[in-house]
Amino acid sequence: MFADYSLSELGSIFVMQGFAGLILFSVFVLMALGLAIIFGQMGVINMAHGEFMILGAYVTYFTSQFFQNVLPSLFPIYFFVAMGLAFLASGGLGIAVEWALIRHLYRRPLDTLLATWGLSLILQQVYRSVFGPREVGVELPSWMMGSLPLTDVIEVQINGLFVMSLTFVITLVVGLMMFRSRWGQQVRAVVQNRVMAGAVGINTHKVDRLTFGIGCGIAGVAGSAFTMIGSTGPTAGQLYIVDTFLVVVFGGAQSLVGTIFSAFTISQAQSTMEFFLSGSTAKVLTLLAVVGILMLRPQGLLVLKIRR
Amino acid sequence: MSHKPPPTEMPALPSALRRKLLLGMAALPAAAVLPRVAWGAAPATAAVNTTGLAVSDDSVTVGILHSVTGTMAISETGSVQAEKLAIDQINAEGGVLGRKIKFIQEDGASDWPTFAEKAKKLLVNDKCAAVFGCWTSASRKAVLPVFEQYNGMLYYPTFYEGLEQSKNVIYTGQEATQQIIAGLDWVTKEKGAKTFYLLGSDYIWPRTSNKIARKHIENVLKTKVVGEEYFPLGHTQFNSVINKIKLTKPDVIYAIIVGGSNVAFYKQLKAAGIDLSKQTLVTISVTEDEIDGIGGENIAGAYACMKYFQSLDNPNNKSFVSDFKKMWGDKTVIGDVTQAAYLGPWLWKLTVEKAGSFDIDKVAAASPGVEFTAAPEGYVRIHDNHHLWSKTRVGRAKADGQYEVIYETAELMEPDPFPKGYQ
Repeated sequence: MFADYSLSELGSIFVMQGFAGLILFSVFVLMALGLAIIFGQMGVINMAHGEFMILGAYVTYFTSQFFQNVLPSLFPIYFFVAMGLAFLASGGLGIAVEWALIRHLYRRPLDTLLATWGLSLILQQVYRSVFGPREVGVELPSWMMGSLPLTDVIEVQINGLFVMSLTFVITLVVGLMMFRSRWGQQVRAVVQNRVMAGAVGINTHKVDRLTFGIGCGIAGVAGSAFTMIGSTGPTAGQLYIVDTFLVVVFGGAQSLVGTIFSAFTISQAQSTMEFFLSGSTAKVLTLLAVVGILMLRPQGLLVLKIRR
Repeated sequence: MSHKPPPTEMPALPSALRRKLLLGMAALPAAAVLPRVAWGAAPATAAVNTTGLAVSDDSVTVGILHSVTGTMAISETGSVQAEKLAIDQINAEGGVLGRKIKFIQEDGASDWPTFAEKAKKLLVNDKCAAVFGCWTSASRKAVLPVFEQYNGMLYYPTFYEGLEQSKNVIYTGQEATQQIIAGLDWVTKEKGAKTFYLLGSDYIWPRTSNKIARKHIENVLKTKVVGEEYFPLGHTQFNSVINKIKLTKPDVIYAIIVGGSNVAFYKQLKAAGIDLSKQTLVTISVTEDEIDGIGGENIAGAYACMKYFQSLDNPNNKSFVSDFKKMWGDKTVIGDVTQAAYLGPWLWKLTVEKAGSFDIDKVAAASPGVEFTAAPEGYVRIHDNHHLWSKTRVGRAKADGQYEVIYETAELMEPDPFPKGYQ
């Protein structure tokens, strides 16, 4: 397929393909971060992760409507407000869910799986009843659309750049919180030994609730960002959930670095294969490779070494 | 869950509607005027219902079977709305053979076995004289044996891949060749297109449709397909294929992507700097309903090829659009399938009145040749193969989410569900 192209054209295409892979990588990291925090730190499998994301997307939609109708002059920057609100909304809902549902099920991981799956169905129907079954289109400020032409062939998508920087910032903040803040220290202590952490005076319930809330809040921000590249509808969360779990499980459930590493591997593999093969085939091969590697390394790519 | 039938007392008809109904009736055989002339003259129940359907002296029960929950609710909502509107209008006009239509609505819940189970319920327990419903091919395939076994009548609204024909189904949407061939001919003639890149979601409809498109492109138009690709349903990342499109520079991108993937595809296409006012893109899967989710500004400039657009400029359609908005709100949009769903109850009414009976066998036998002159799309007629003769149109998407109709076939396209040389 390359015979008819000049060297510079090929070079440009590889640059753009690399960029496509990086965008996919950022999307994966953003999707998986919230889940990784919850799954990794608390052992709770949150099947409703996609629905928390979609809540963020809907918040973005309503914020855009509000700014369009009430504050049209500030419309170009509404997206930042929307992301903040999405974090609060999804995080708030997360904390409420933790209080009402999850905290009763901490010792029963399989039940949390069922309970959160039920929750996801309930949330989907609530969105459908409240916001309507049709998809909504989120209008973006004009500066976020289109691309920057670097050369004749190489064009860099602005929303891709935006997602990449957002992912970078959020990952950095989560990293700092996890390894530099008091909350992070407590979370890590609880992960390593819940009973001992409780014994030295850490309020493990409070840590759990905050962790779940922050995880869900990040899902909300991700959902908000994905209105740029995907659809917003009651069941759109389902589009992301499989890839999200794939990234988290492949990366090793308890390691944030592992999540990032696995997102990078999967996204690059998938985007390269998509270029040379067809979309469906690429997906099948990616899944096969992940299954194969997990058979050899059931604990995932990176594992936290803790004493059991 | 079943809904109560609508109240029998109807508000006075808006004048536009009345005009349209009269228009429709003018073209009908005398039988159609009968219910308007005299209530007492309605034929005896024993004469019009010999097989024990739910028909009484003053009412007839039909079923509506769509998903109002689950993933497909997003698409099927419009069809339910259109069918209810048609039933309301028929009742306002006096009903069918002097009988008001009552409907029982069942939810297929986006789950194919549920569709089959509910279809059985509508036919066996409720004895529905007709069922308007299904959307995806999978749901239709699931209910087909039920309708054939219990001898029911299904009016199916979606454009679909063809390769099917049943005594018990009337297909009110277009089958694939009707939709595809005229569009490819048009783009070849108008745009001088020589190379095509075929894209689709990975299931039966896009694959069959692209197969037909490829055969037509290679064997009839003698031009070239430079790429053909499928993506899993729900795929959200299209940057790699967009790069491939940039590399191969096709004259036409031919896209049959459905559902949430659609939104991702068009947003990323735009973000990647592919300007649809310069790059020709033809789709057969994006109606006004989908544009709501995609955002008009992301798809403006694309061409869609189907039989109906909300912006069609004819008196039938104007009154249909205004009635639809009056019933379901100003912000609702009407896509191709919604209009096709609206045809269902009307075609059934016309057929029953032609047959002079509600009996399924008589209705099935009377169907070929039934014409609906008040159809929003203009005029349709049922073919011997139970599909519709209809025109195919090309619309160009505008930023406000509507299509501008720029071409329509001079003749009605003949439905050909088993096209020779295209399989």
